[in-house]
Amino acid sequence: MTENNSKKISLIKTPIPEQDPAKRRSNFEEVTLGYSPEMAMKEAGRCLQCKKPLCIEGCPVHIPIPQFIKAIKEGDFKKSIDLIKTASFLPAVCGRVCPQEDQCEKNCTLGKKGEPVAIGRLERFAADYAMQSWNGAGIEITKPTGKRVAIVGSGPSGLTCAYDLARFGHEVTIFEALHEAGGVLMYGIPEFRLPKRIVAHEINLLKDMGVEIVTNAVIGKLISIDEIMEEFDACFIGTGAGLPKFMGIEGENLNGVYSANEFLTRTNLMRAYAFPEYDTPIKIGKRVAVIGGGNVAMDAARSALRLGAKEAAIIYRRSEKEMPARKEEIHHAKEEGVNFELCTAPVRVIGEEGWVKAIECVRMDLCEADESGRRRPMPVKGSEFRIPVDIVVVAIGTGPNPLVPQSTIKLVLNDCGYIIADEETGQTSREGVFSGGDIVTGAATVILAMGAGKKAAKAIHEYLMRT
Amino acid sequence: MAKILEKRLIRHPDVFYYRIDAPLISRKAKPGQFVIIRLHEKGERIPLSLADINPEQGTISLIVMAVGKTTTEMSTLNAGDGILDICGPLGHPTHIEKYGRVILVGGGFGVAPLYPIARSLKEAGNEVIVIMGARSKDLLIYENEMQQACDKALITTDDGSKGIKGVVTTALKQELEQNGANMVMAVGPAIMMKFVSETTKPFDIKTIVSLNSIMIDGTGMCGGCRVSIGGKTRFACTDGPDFDGHQVDWDILINRQKTYLNEEKESFEAWKKHHAFAICE
Ligand SMILES: Cc1cc2nc3c(=O)[nH]c(=O)nc-3n(C[C@H](O)[C@H](O)[C@H](O)COP(=O)(O)OP(=O)(O)OC[C@H]3O[C@@H](n4cnc5c(N)ncnc54)[C@H](O)[C@@H]3O)c2cc1C
Ligand SMILES: Cc1cc2nc3c(=O)[nH]c(=O)nc-3n(C[C@H](O)[C@H](O)[C@H](O)COP(=O)(O)OP(=O)(O)OC[C@H]3O[C@@H](n4cnc5c(N)ncnc54)[C@H](O)[C@@H]3O)c2cc1C
Ligand code: SF4
Ligand code: SF4
Ligand code: FES
Repeated sequence: MTENNSKKISLIKTPIPEQDPAKRRSNFEEVTLGYSPEMAMKEAGRCLQCKKPLCIEGCPVHIPIPQFIKAIKEGDFKKSIDLIKTASFLPAVCGRVCPQEDQCEKNCTLGKKGEPVAIGRLERFAADYAMQSWNGAGIEITKPTGKRVAIVGSGPSGLTCAYDLARFGHEVTIFEALHEAGGVLMYGIPEFRLPKRIVAHEINLLKDMGVEIVTNAVIGKLISIDEIMEEFDACFIGTGAGLPKFMGIEGENLNGVYSANEFLTRTNLMRAYAFPEYDTPIKIGKRVAVIGGGNVAMDAARSALRLGAKEAAIIYRRSEKEMPARKEEIHHAKEEGVNFELCTAPVRVIGEEGWVKAIECVRMDLCEADESGRRRPMPVKGSEFRIPVDIVVVAIGTGPNPLVPQSTIKLVLNDCGYIIADEETGQTSREGVFSGGDIVTGAATVILAMGAGKKAAKAIHEYLMRT
Repeated sequence: MAKILEKRLIRHPDVFYYRIDAPLISRKAKPGQFVIIRLHEKGERIPLSLADINPEQGTISLIVMAVGKTTTEMSTLNAGDGILDICGPLGHPTHIEKYGRVILVGGGFGVAPLYPIARSLKEAGNEVIVIMGARSKDLLIYENEMQQACDKALITTDDGSKGIKGVVTTALKQELEQNGANMVMAVGPAIMMKFVSETTKPFDIKTIVSLNSIMIDGTGMCGGCRVSIGGKTRFACTDGPDFDGHQVDWDILINRQKTYLNEEKESFEAWKKHHAFAICE
């Protein structure tokens, strides 16, 4: 610490260049542009190199944070990415979408006095720099074990599990239901937050390592888990929590009401923003209402503006403080002109000739949560009002996709339909079958899904070497 | 990439038969299920029912009616060409058991997916009657195949050029009055399935329909295919496509099918401008 203490450390993060809000609200290019090497080295200089680095505790995959930051500070970017890659397979993704403020950066010692070290931005810098410079070479793979593992689902949990298993020397095949691998990273999180070329780059890296990816393979329909277990020595299920929930209110099946998954899938996976060059259409209209307060809702509202909507409003039944979305995303949404109707709940969707015309809402009392936590907000009688809209996007959460659980005997589920698996190993009720990510925890985060994939890979490796 | 092994024009000028190399799918597929295809990188994902399944040869067959951009573009593909993505089998198979006397009602391309269903029903020991309808006799498809697969085949044409003059429900009502049935299954345009369900209701005969809502993924992820069954929201791709016709909210289905009418036209027109040479006639 001595070296750093000698000069005064800035209390604020080195700013990161961003696209101007007025400009970016009409394009799908990335919002934050990333650090230059100079900026990164400057920011890295803020790190105190703590003896007991609490930041690492906050990171679900325990990236050696002070070490990789030190390497950046010294200009040894290659070393820095190698250090990160010992713990994480998708740093370019996590550096962008991790809720750092609740994880690594939350614990950062500097955060007590001012802003924490911009760990996420630095991680992203190192990953992006590596991507441009070395094309991900230098991953060590142990000699082949002759064991075969099947991975079901190619979201962050499956990809991470595949990466570690391949490094252990196992032969890995990923089965993915859609025509592109990546899970939510591909179909859900928009281009302007996570460019698809970055995800594609990481996936190509896996292919270079010898991992086979079979797309259009709906497990439970095309191949059952039982059949997989006949052909493979072990299996990891990472099928996510992709089943959209609806509210069950009147008018929800009118034309113009989308689930967030459909809205974002049309836009991201099917590239509807480039219609008619791409064949898949999407409806936008002038005014869009998005119901929900999470990252998914922000993504939908911000996508709507980029697709040409004049106005986009978030309708959320609690206050801003309780919004589950990342602060940065709420901030970006506001900058881009998304309106917030807080403490407001939808009552019904009003249609005309089969199409959405307005959404009727009611104000909720109790914007402040009491000490005991999140009390249930109650509607205020007589406060009903209508917002005229052309499109409604429902982003109130998702449930477990039932295809695998439904078709797999001997797999114990909890009451909500999620797969029951050991938190440390991913072991399910069935021998040789492991699981992790959103299909076990319910909708969570990229890094938690990766953490689960990583733990399962270790447990699968141990299982395979035992049998 | 799945290879087209055989292509035939089965109804001039717009209905085509394809036999496709898809060993894995053919091994698992059952009558009543469907696949989702995407022709190329910029293509849309569209659902198509299985018109035949041949696990020995490792092939599946599709019957496609060229109605818009994607289906017309597909009609320009020939044996030897490939389809970029083919995903399936999706949806639940049609439930087959010994019901007794089963009447199948098919309209448009819907006759095709009824063919494997008819054969399975026969194998299960049912008496199978098919009613096939079209505007005029030249628009009928799969007539001979269905005549062979079923105990009795009734044909209706709007203009009376063949069989009974009228629509399928005319023949269905007559058949139910005269001979009754234990089960009715209908595949075709939503409006036809709606009227079939209305026709069977007073007879109190269970009526299974195969719902063709607009789909994207076919795995339960987008909710775009949702339908209202007995007042509850269900997903046609994972909960269906077969549902009890008496429980379906037809107005919602028919309305939702129209969501992209303007865009469908736009994309078709744009495509035709560049591919005028590709379409026959
Ligand atoms: C719009 C949106 C924005 C988000 N933003 C953030 C964010 O900013 N930060 C963050 O940390 N998290 C975010 N999340 C959450 C995060 O993306 C998820 O928690 C994470 O992707 C879960 O990973 P997973 O591997 O469990 O599953 P998923 O990413 O859901 O992947 C599952 C994969 O399995 C496939 N699959 C499903 N069923 C089958 C089957 N039967 N056979 C074969 N394949 C199958 C699916 O097609 C999918 O590709 C966001 C989520 C969404 C939807
Ligand atoms: C489960 C299922 C099974 C199907 N099986 C077959 C089949 O075996 N053979 C076949 O030819 N078609 C089948 N269809 C319909 C087929 O998917 C549509 O015709 C196709 O998506 C149209 O695409 P397009 O781009 O050519 O036309 P578009 O331009 O998209 O549409 C042209 C016209 O077709 C109508 N249409 C669009 N989507 C659908 C749809 N999902 N269902 C019915 N009409 C639609 C539109 O309203 C419009 O009038 C099936 C649909 C479903 C949901
Ligand atoms: S992976 Fe996420 S939590 Fe871990 S250091 Fe990177 S940004 Fe922080
Ligand atoms: S806690 Fe903050 S200052 Fe300390 S090592 Fe970690 S990043 Fe650096
Ligand atoms: S097609 Fe997406 S849920 Fe059915």
